[in-house]
Amino acid sequence: MDISFALVGKGYVIVASDTTAARSIVKMKVDEDKIKVLSPHLLMAYSGEPGDTVQFAEYIERNIRLYTIRNTHALRPPSAASWIRRTLADSLRSRRPYAVNLLIGGYDTSTHTPHLYWVDYLGTMSEVPFGAHGYGAYFGLSLLDRYHDPEAPLEEGLATLRRCLDEVAKRLVVTPEKYKVKVVDKDGVREVEI
Amino acid sequence: MNSFLTRYSSTAPEADIRKAKELYGEDEDFSEVMWGSTGGFGNLASGVPMFKLPSVQDPASFLRMHTDDHADPSCRIKIKHGTTTLAFRFQGGVIVAVDSRATAGSYVASGTVKKVIEINPYLLGTMAGGAADCQYWETYLGIQCRLHELRNRERISVAAASKYLSNLVYSYKGMGLSMGTMICGWDKTGPAIFYVDSDGTRLKGDLFSVGSGSTFAYGVLDQGYRWDLTDEEAQELGRRSIYAAGHRDAFSGNTVNLYHVKQDGWKFIGNYDVSELHYNGPGDVPGAPGGGYGYDIRVAGRTSANPPEGEGQA
Repeated sequence: MDISFALVGKGYVIVASDTTAARSIVKMKVDEDKIKVLSPHLLMAYSGEPGDTVQFAEYIERNIRLYTIRNTHALRPPSAASWIRRTLADSLRSRRPYAVNLLIGGYDTSTHTPHLYWVDYLGTMSEVPFGAHGYGAYFGLSLLDRYHDPEAPLEEGLATLRRCLDEVAKRLVVTPEKYKVKVVDKDGVREVEI
Repeated sequence: MNSFLTRYSSTAPEADIRKAKELYGEDEDFSEVMWGSTGGFGNLASGVPMFKLPSVQDPASFLRMHTDDHADPSCRIKIKHGTTTLAFRFQGGVIVAVDSRATAGSYVASGTVKKVIEINPYLLGTMAGGAADCQYWETYLGIQCRLHELRNRERISVAAASKYLSNLVYSYKGMGLSMGTMICGWDKTGPAIFYVDSDGTRLKGDLFSVGSGSTFAYGVLDQGYRWDLTDEEAQELGRRSIYAAGHRDAFSGNTVNLYHVKQDGWKFIGNYDVSELHYNGPGDVPGAPGGGYGYDIRVAGRTSANPPEGEGQA
């Protein structure tokens, strides 16, 4: 099962996701990027039912892009998250719903505020200072309750994320070997090494 | 174990006892051990007491059928599960910390359970899994440890005590026992912790957490653990870790019980309400940073927004 973490710091959001694509007990791929860049200041980590995840993420990606082209402005993170959640909630009431869990991280350039949304496949959405999906949540959330600082500079935020990944590596039976980490702040989106 | 066959036979000595019981109108169960012996018991119809077993072919699978709430959430008997317990060894001895919530299914049956069983002044056992199983067998272990002391004029080692328990539960393997326990203490080899569970697993180690909330406790415990923790730091870490589990795991919580084992035996440090820890912290306790453990309390007034200099809050 996929593991993803995200956390907010002073003027940024860090989104991290493991890079394995597994089927049954077999690793099919070890460098899969499961974090989509939806707009210059918006990231979305997705996990869940294989097949549904990429389909849904691409559908969201294209529609956010369409909105940006039509309006010459990207949706701000709160609105984008609301729309994504609604899309997922509508899908839940369809014949075949998408079973996808999301972490949506964005930086609102007009209010200078980073936002992080935790969304699950049932369409539950919550704005959080940190969030996790998958087995990582069992180890990471208590740790983040203890160590997360909303005013931490980026270096410190990455160190806190490192703690989470180390803890998962230490305690979880099957550990993903690699993570992709992306940061969004006032300058936009970039990938960082961890 | 006794063969169940004898229970239903009409010729075995058991049958005579059964007849005797009918005669006396007693419904207690007795083993065949007392057959042909009056070893201090006097008459035929009283003797070595035995557990009541369901009168079906295979009591173990009968029990499993009615208690396995994983396979069948609507099962009739819900065994008390859900717990967080932890113990770790460090420079200053052993810290044992547990929560106090007992749940039966989704029902919080009690918030004041003693999940640390004081086996003797040098041995502690923790309780996770079936509350009755742990309480009964660890008390029983206490009796055996005392007998060991009387027979050998020497305190039992933690290794031996834990092995006694693990052999005992292993002999009941597959019969529905459910326990995950840590036997902690101080013997002539120094501080020791053994993890023993009802599968028969027995592990020696420096740091364990057991129960539904264990992952949450590990998250805080692992990150704060060092061998050279001071006594105060170690107590605080144990308390903070159980709080973390009490906060995040629905089946753990209410209060934290904290023990510290040193060379001269265990000492009860205190009982702390999880809500109180969340909002106000443990109070004036050495090692505590002051203030509530809760995330919102800890970061109150802090914001991630970063408006450029000279611009007001957006």
